[in-house]
Amino acid sequence: MTTATARISRPGHAIAKPSRNKATRERALAWARRAPLLPALIFLIIVTQLPFVVTLIISFLNWNSLSPGTTGFAGFENYVTVLTDPDLRQAIFTTILLTVAVVLASLVVGLGLALLLDKKFIGRGLARTLLIAPFLVVPVAAALIWKHALLNPTYGLINGVLTWIWSLFGSDTPPQLDLLSQAPLMAVIISLVWQWTPFMMLILLAGLQSRPMDTVEAAQMDGATPWAIFRHLTLPHLRQYLELGGLLGAIYIVQNFDAVFTLTAGGLGTANLPYAIYQTFYFANEYGLASAAGVVVVIGTILVATFALRTVFSLFKKEAAR
Amino acid sequence: MSTLSPAAARITPEKSSTPAGLRRRGKSRMDPTRNNTAAGIAAWLLALLFATPVLWMILTSFHSETDAATNPPSIAANLTLDAYKEFFGEASGVSPWPSLINSATASILSTVLVLILAIPAAYALSIKPVKKWTDVMFFFLSTKMMPVVAAILPLYLFARTVGALDNIWFLILMYTSMNLPIAVWMMRSFLAEVPVEMLEAAQIDGANLIVTLRKVIAPVAMPGIAATALICFIFSWNELLLARVLTGVVAGTAPVFLTGFVSGQGLFLAKVCAAAVVISLPVLFAGFAAQDKLVQGLSLGAVK
Repeated sequence: MTTATARISRPGHAIAKPSRNKATRERALAWARRAPLLPALIFLIIVTQLPFVVTLIISFLNWNSLSPGTTGFAGFENYVTVLTDPDLRQAIFTTILLTVAVVLASLVVGLGLALLLDKKFIGRGLARTLLIAPFLVVPVAAALIWKHALLNPTYGLINGVLTWIWSLFGSDTPPQLDLLSQAPLMAVIISLVWQWTPFMMLILLAGLQSRPMDTVEAAQMDGATPWAIFRHLTLPHLRQYLELGGLLGAIYIVQNFDAVFTLTAGGLGTANLPYAIYQTFYFANEYGLASAAGVVVVIGTILVATFALRTVFSLFKKEAAR
Repeated sequence: MSTLSPAAARITPEKSSTPAGLRRRGKSRMDPTRNNTAAGIAAWLLALLFATPVLWMILTSFHSETDAATNPPSIAANLTLDAYKEFFGEASGVSPWPSLINSATASILSTVLVLILAIPAAYALSIKPVKKWTDVMFFFLSTKMMPVVAAILPLYLFARTVGALDNIWFLILMYTSMNLPIAVWMMRSFLAEVPVEMLEAAQIDGANLIVTLRKVIAPVAMPGIAATALICFIFSWNELLLARVLTGVVAGTAPVFLTGFVSGQGLFLAKVCAAAVVISLPVLFAGFAAQDKLVQGLSLGAVK
């Protein structure tokens, strides 16, 4: 801090003492610039990178804390198990399916909502606030509400509304759903789409509002239809925002634990990798296996993150150029 | 520029004389300054649909247990505070207060720690950028993209070995590392908004760092810092996996407390809703307060 102060307040000093210790001064200056950065950087390296290195090491060990005698080097055995064990392989497929379905559905619905909210209408601010609400309920609480208040087969709101609508037509045999036991993965997907659509909507709305209106107006002058304007102007402009929303959404949803844990407790083929890993080390005490599965998640995330980083970078460069 | 152009669009078609039919039609659909009734109705219907689970949660929390669990739903049932009394009352067995206090402690203290670490870092990355600052930014981002599950076992083993399991301070450190990258990214984008001319002017006037920070940087960056703090608070408050693995009886947070309701049967629906409302309230307030910056935080400052 103090060296940085010195740098700002003593520009004359540099002229007074020229070449002799110029190199030392420049080095000191570089460190003065770096110093404020270091605490955050060092802290993050210790708390996030070090544990992952340990995970990597453990993933090559045979280590079940319940049978300490058998601990030893396992080579790629854990990785083979992750890829061949039916439960863990199922967890990999579930993770991919869950992530892709939630991201695509919430992107499409979010795009529709963003296009609507980009127009001016009465009470737009309030409508926007209502739309953000799903994203602001604590995730465990949201999952609990879906499980007990909405999807419960006997008194949940969804079946309740079905009963009510059918009774309006004089029927006392309304269709009653039981998603949680008949299509549990669908239940998880629906609750996550509900929760993540606002996120996509906000990103896409930011994209829409940064759209240069002069080209749109020029297109209108030339008699372009709204669809043509959307297809050839809006959508290309939104592409980066769609990519960013999709990739960030994917990175967050791959890691989802709360919804799976709360809605189904991983039952009936809904266990994704985070939940499976949690179970493998927390209940089964299979440390080596859990670590290998963790490394698999990281490899998958790196694949997605590489694209995400590129997208963020292009937006970032645009901003830096301003 | 963009605020001026709609007005320009309104003037131009009237000035020109030739084929106006197409233009008018296009304009009436696209002009953002015009009320659009159809879009408004559609948006409102969807907004209500999306808000229904939240509104239903709030309504149910004010119903009695018997009115809460009916099919068809009893919307017009009498309102009561019973579920809240039951939730906070000692009669229910476990008091939610320790977990709420733990959540508040963990969220607030980790947010303070994040700000202490992130503000100087963001300063070094924007106002006096270090060499290769973009590389540093992407390193921060990459730590955020690593799933928690990939590091949780060593953290758990470490905490168990040093006796930090079920200790709120260890959780605070974890939350700090979880939010630090987001905070650095957001804060950098806010500090980058400080005009260079203002900084140069301050330097020419001989202002030292403290004065520059207080008079030039703080006024521009303060709203952004506040929004960053709110977003870090939300993330910490919401977090479940780390809390579930690293805490237990003593340091359990509100989301961990909520997991006690996972297998709760229908008899306590109103209480479940009351619990969900109480625990979501701080986030709802913080989120609505920071909603303009929320997307910036979630997209790591890449989108404004």
